[in-house]
Amino acid sequence: MPDGIVRTERLCCSYRTGRVLEDITISVEAGDYVGIVGPNGSGKSTLVRALMGLADISDGSASLFGVPCSRFSAWGRIGYLPQSLHLLNPLFPATVAETVGLGLLSLKRFPRRLTHADRGKVDAVLEQLDIYAIRSQLIGELSGGQQQRVLLARALVNNPELLILDEPTAALDPEMRERFYALIGEINSSRRVTVLLVTHDTGAIGKFASKMLYLDKRMLFYGNFEEFCRSADMSALFGEHTQHVMCHRH
Amino acid sequence: MNVMEILSYGFIQRALLAGTLIAVLCSVLGVFLVLRRLSLIGDGLAHVTFGGTAIALSLKLYSASSLLVSLPVVLLSSLGILKLTEKARVGGDSAIGIVSALGISAGIILASMGGGYNVDLLSYLFGNILSITTQEVGIAFVLFCVVLLLLSLFFNDLFAIAFDEELARVSGIRTSTINAVLVLLTALSVVLAMKLVGIMLISSLLILPAVSALQLARSFKACVALAALQGGCSVVAGIFLSFAANLPTSAMIVLLNLFFFSLAFLVRRYFSHRSKSTGTL
Repeated sequence: MPDGIVRTERLCCSYRTGRVLEDITISVEAGDYVGIVGPNGSGKSTLVRALMGLADISDGSASLFGVPCSRFSAWGRIGYLPQSLHLLNPLFPATVAETVGLGLLSLKRFPRRLTHADRGKVDAVLEQLDIYAIRSQLIGELSGGQQQRVLLARALVNNPELLILDEPTAALDPEMRERFYALIGEINSSRRVTVLLVTHDTGAIGKFASKMLYLDKRMLFYGNFEEFCRSADMSALFGEHTQHVMCHRH
Repeated sequence: MNVMEILSYGFIQRALLAGTLIAVLCSVLGVFLVLRRLSLIGDGLAHVTFGGTAIALSLKLYSASSLLVSLPVVLLSSLGILKLTEKARVGGDSAIGIVSALGISAGIILASMGGGYNVDLLSYLFGNILSITTQEVGIAFVLFCVVLLLLSLFFNDLFAIAFDEELARVSGIRTSTINAVLVLLTALSVVLAMKLVGIMLISSLLILPAVSALQLARSFKACVALAALQGGCSVVAGIFLSFAANLPTSAMIVLLNLFFFSLAFLVRRYFSHRSKSTGTL
């Protein structure tokens, strides 16, 4: 079997309170845009945290680029935007450019110094995401939408092959959310960056994602959006009407 | 007495040199500690220094020689704080409290066994930079160079961890090693600062320049530079003012830092009000 970008085999994760993920088997190929959806506490964030080595895997296996997650070290191939950054310290004294520059450290060896060329990369990604004008502003002084773009720029600046975004739109209004998904879709198609995006927003992400993973501690669905719309399991879960509304928007 | 006359005294020259170096170190480290919400680690380690100094004095090791005991004790204690937070599921503040209590109680017991608090131990409690010896200035200079070199080598790693520890981890930064580096550098600086402001006031030298810089800085590097500037200026001005007014130097340095913080706070308030009112016009 060829190595996918992300592969899990009967993956299980447990916390002290019990099992939070059970028996997850997925394979994500290069260029996929996977929307990971499910209710609160369904294990969406735990799955991406397990992939990033931030949550323990109690059973089964997971690999990134063919390397077991526990031994993975090529962090420069991944851009990651974690959920917890929504609680960003508003007094943190970093400018937009300094914050984005941190994304390049995964490509550096000790001592991790940024060069003049690196500053050029930072400027390029700021321009691409249309936030160059605020490059000298403090990140704590920006609106939620601007902060989200900065953190996305931080995740993109190392030119990753895989982008993992954990609820990146939680602080955004519905219009900004749609624009954000579209932006990720554009990055996915133009740069062929593989995307794993965790969200609550099953309907909206369906417009953009090529695959859907529906979790509720177990894997209830994994496949493309058309299959999701035809799935009898999903009809049983959402009700035919709701499923129709979500898929009609597509 | 004019400035040149004051500067002609050897003890003033030594105090200015060592004091500025120590204050700059503490201020720079303070920025990382404050942003990591570890600012009271200085207080905890200072209490351990009290214990370590009491051991040194009970072994008849005075001045620079006392560092032979207090330095390893404080370095080990700083690692103890880290291990407690990582392994024993104890919060950072509680770990600092545990190690701090252990240090101060060990110091009290050793001091009482040694016949009570003597002048040397009290000078460590409240600081006495004017009594610093040439040997101690030399040690301060060497440690300043070591700490500054390590800080510059690990600057971006420390910056990344201060921003977000998990994000730093998935950038390939060995966060537990860098955390150990940070607390060890803090421990070194605390031992040095003991002579400058004393155990009771060390945390102010770590916290006040950093929080003042956070009021005004427009970038991370500017924040570190501003903190270092305030730390250095407060020591120079504190030594001159305390000498002129015949007041304790350590307390004067801390009061000056408080003054700078109030000034920074007012300046920020003024500019934020001004930008708000401009925005509404």
